[in-house]
Amino acid sequence: MSHNPAPAISQVRRFGDVAVVDVQGDIDLSRSVEFQQTLLRILDEKPSRMVINLEAVPYMDSSGVASLVKVLSRARRANTLLVLASLSPRVKNLLEITRLDSVFKISANEQDALA
Amino acid sequence: MTSPAQPLRLSISSNPSHLPVVRAAVEKVCEILGFDCDTVGNVVLGVDEALANIIKHAYHGRQDQPIEIELAPLHDADGSIELLIRMRDHGLEVDPSSIKGRDLDDIRPGGLGVHIMKHCMDRLEYRPAEGGGTILTMAKRFPTVRKEIGR
Repeated sequence: MSHNPAPAISQVRRFGDVAVVDVQGDIDLSRSVEFQQTLLRILDEKPSRMVINLEAVPYMDSSGVASLVKVLSRARRANTLLVLASLSPRVKNLLEITRLDSVFKISANEQDALA
Repeated sequence: MTSPAQPLRLSISSNPSHLPVVRAAVEKVCEILGFDCDTVGNVVLGVDEALANIIKHAYHGRQDQPIEIELAPLHDADGSIELLIRMRDHGLEVDPSSIKGRDLDDIRPGGLGVHIMKHCMDRLEYRPAEGGGTILTMAKRFPTVRKEIGR
């Protein structure tokens, strides 16, 4: 079985120089490369803040986390504030296991992430 | 362990697109066995990370190589269950002494899979397989039995 999975990024909404990125579906080894590449392209536009809305991401593995770490590193160099919003319990658990919950700025929901 | 149930066996190729299918199967087995939601999530994560490691390290990303997976619930006399998960690959043999996660204080992409597997499982053992490749055995123990499968 092999197929082309749906794009990890379903939508990018812009509010001035803030980008809100809607992510959909599981982020695992089959999708993390495309996930990372798309996020880095959005960062190239140098938003002042990038909110990654993970509400529709029920599952993420270490390759997805590695992508987020890469994006965070690039965002810091570009002076873009990166915020993760609306984490599912399993994604939250993964960040806690890897102790990255203290590295990322995490908001309970998109509204808080934009405040 | 007194009563091994019938194991569930899956054979997949090393294509990452198969990972969601295995995750779904593992989740369903854990649910049927009556495991709590947090434990189910950890078992699914541990299995997924182990498979991703096989694809990346044993097969160097080749997508057409065989992986065999076996899920075997072992029922103990006291009502507890240990779920044994065995994975067999036919790739490069792994030196068990070389398998370790990176320091979590070293914030960089990658190197988290083994740490996650150790966190999610109670036991983890690598050994060379006859004829080449590696067998990974992972185990997770659960305190209570609500349902049983394969018996």
